[in-house]
Amino acid sequence: MSAPVHERQNPAFYALMTALIVMSLGPIVLMLSNSFKLNVDIMSDTSSLLFLPTLKNYETVLCNTLWYTPKHVEYCNPTFGWALGNSLIIAIISTAITLVTGCMAAYAIVRFRFLGRGSLSMTTLLMRMVPPAVLLVPVFGIWTFNYCWGDECLDGTYTGIILVYVAMNLPFVIWILQSFIVQVPIQLEEAARMDGANPFQVFYLVLLPVIKPGLAAASIFTFRIAWNEFLLADALLDRKTRTVPVTIVNSLTEHDIDWGVIMATGTLLAIPPIIFTFVASKQIIIGMTAGAVKG
Amino acid sequence: MELTSHTRNDTGGRTPGCLAARQARSRKYSEIAQRLTPYFFLAPAVVILAVALLYPVGYMIYASFLDWNPSQRIEEADWVGLRNYISLLGDESFIESFFVTLKFAALVVGFEMIVGVGLALLLDRNVRGMSLQRTIFILPMMIAPIVVGLIWRYMYHPTVGSFNRTLKSWGLDAVPWLSDSDWAFASVIIADMWQWTPFIFILALAALQSLPQSALEAARIDGANDWQQILYIKLPLMMPVLVVTCLLRLIDAFKVLEVILVLTNGGPGLSTEILSLRIARTASEFRELGVAAAMSNYLLVLLFVITLAMFLYNKVAESRQARIRAAAEEEFK
Repeated sequence: MSAPVHERQNPAFYALMTALIVMSLGPIVLMLSNSFKLNVDIMSDTSSLLFLPTLKNYETVLCNTLWYTPKHVEYCNPTFGWALGNSLIIAIISTAITLVTGCMAAYAIVRFRFLGRGSLSMTTLLMRMVPPAVLLVPVFGIWTFNYCWGDECLDGTYTGIILVYVAMNLPFVIWILQSFIVQVPIQLEEAARMDGANPFQVFYLVLLPVIKPGLAAASIFTFRIAWNEFLLADALLDRKTRTVPVTIVNSLTEHDIDWGVIMATGTLLAIPPIIFTFVASKQIIIGMTAGAVKG
Repeated sequence: MELTSHTRNDTGGRTPGCLAARQARSRKYSEIAQRLTPYFFLAPAVVILAVALLYPVGYMIYASFLDWNPSQRIEEADWVGLRNYISLLGDESFIESFFVTLKFAALVVGFEMIVGVGLALLLDRNVRGMSLQRTIFILPMMIAPIVVGLIWRYMYHPTVGSFNRTLKSWGLDAVPWLSDSDWAFASVIIADMWQWTPFIFILALAALQSLPQSALEAARIDGANDWQQILYIKLPLMMPVLVVTCLLRLIDAFKVLEVILVLTNGGPGLSTEILSLRIARTASEFRELGVAAAMSNYLLVLLFVITLAMFLYNKVAESRQARIRAAAEEEFK
């Protein structure tokens, strides 16, 4: 394929494009800039682009993880520091488990022809249809009363919430990965099997390296759900295991919102997804279109 | 145990007959292993889905027949039959939030489809920087809905928010973005459009770029202008993808919760209280888990009907297209 030819467009085209970019970036930039402002500046009548950036909001938020004690913080609220750690642990572990189990299932479905592609896509769609709010009541009930070993129940534990996130993400991950595995020529695997590799070796040493882009897409989507989810985390987790979205909602009161601090928290929550987007936008687009365009 | 004894036999390697028997047996083992492998691969996913998705959904159906509050174990709850379902049908605020949900989903998906597909048709050109632009468009849907709600809540702020500040600097009156029920509904829709129109845009763009070039060229040679190309060639060919896109977006529109929770928390009154939010509040504030489960069931049935309808429509459309294509090929012969 030759390099794509870039045509010259009329100015209206560029004007529209610029407007769209400003519209989608504007609110995010606004949050970013507010997180570096003092509340006096945020609330002042004159909206100014010129202000003295300050790290005070971030110091307040992260006070218990810093190596020094910021002078302006009178009382250090450690909730957010903990929540950040909880969010990281929960998101990373659930992504890892979803990928491993989802990948194995997708492989079995494609190579051993378990379900037809039609019924697979229907099942995926049906499971994707279930809103988190619908899971709220049963998950709360089962996790606090049924899934117990002795006195230990699953509510308030990392295991409990990770289990929910893995189940929520599996259908989508299986669907995406099978669309990648289908494209891998079976000869590749047969050759490996001739050389004496067992099914697990074929899977880990031959298949996985080939479908890396699919794995990247799947992991970003899973991480995003686990990192951003609020409702079930709010119902299941307790003070010690709470994630960042829950702490943000808890600090939103009717009046007297500490905008500077809350914007800083929001920025911290938004940073990992933003980084992923810039690093792997291609994979994200592949993942988004896989369900509709190719299916 | 048995296997290890076999290996010891091999190293001894006594008689050829024994060797043949061993080979036959090991072939049998590997055959069984071969047959079991797919189950090994499927098992973890199946177990997790059964334990954390299917069982809860079944549990919810059972719970919807109970009078159950969060401090009780489910065995202690009273069986009330269909009472929850029937009382919900007579509950005006439930009916209202049911229609708020439908209205929200329909409007949001409708606007987003029009704007997203329109933009894709306009911007389907080869220009430098297109991929960077798409990257920027993805950002709003990657960041947490909670954060999206936060940003917009600030922008809608009655005095210091960006919108009212701009209006004021132009000498216009302030708008009660979140405190008037009609404005609040519009505000919620605008925020959702900001977040999700890019999704439609990107899918529509991908569909456009995978269209068969020959059809477009033929139309151009026949003298079709831009409008005719869009109406008679591009849109019909994109249709299957657009239907799926619409369906995916519709399903997600029923899941929207966090943005509305942060922006209005369902208010003012019940004007933005979508079903998801009402379920959450019934469970946590009113502590009526049975009623919340019955509500969840209504929502699930609604979603199921919509999904099935669109899926069937797509199947019919696809088979019709296939028939047309087959007929066309027949003619060429």
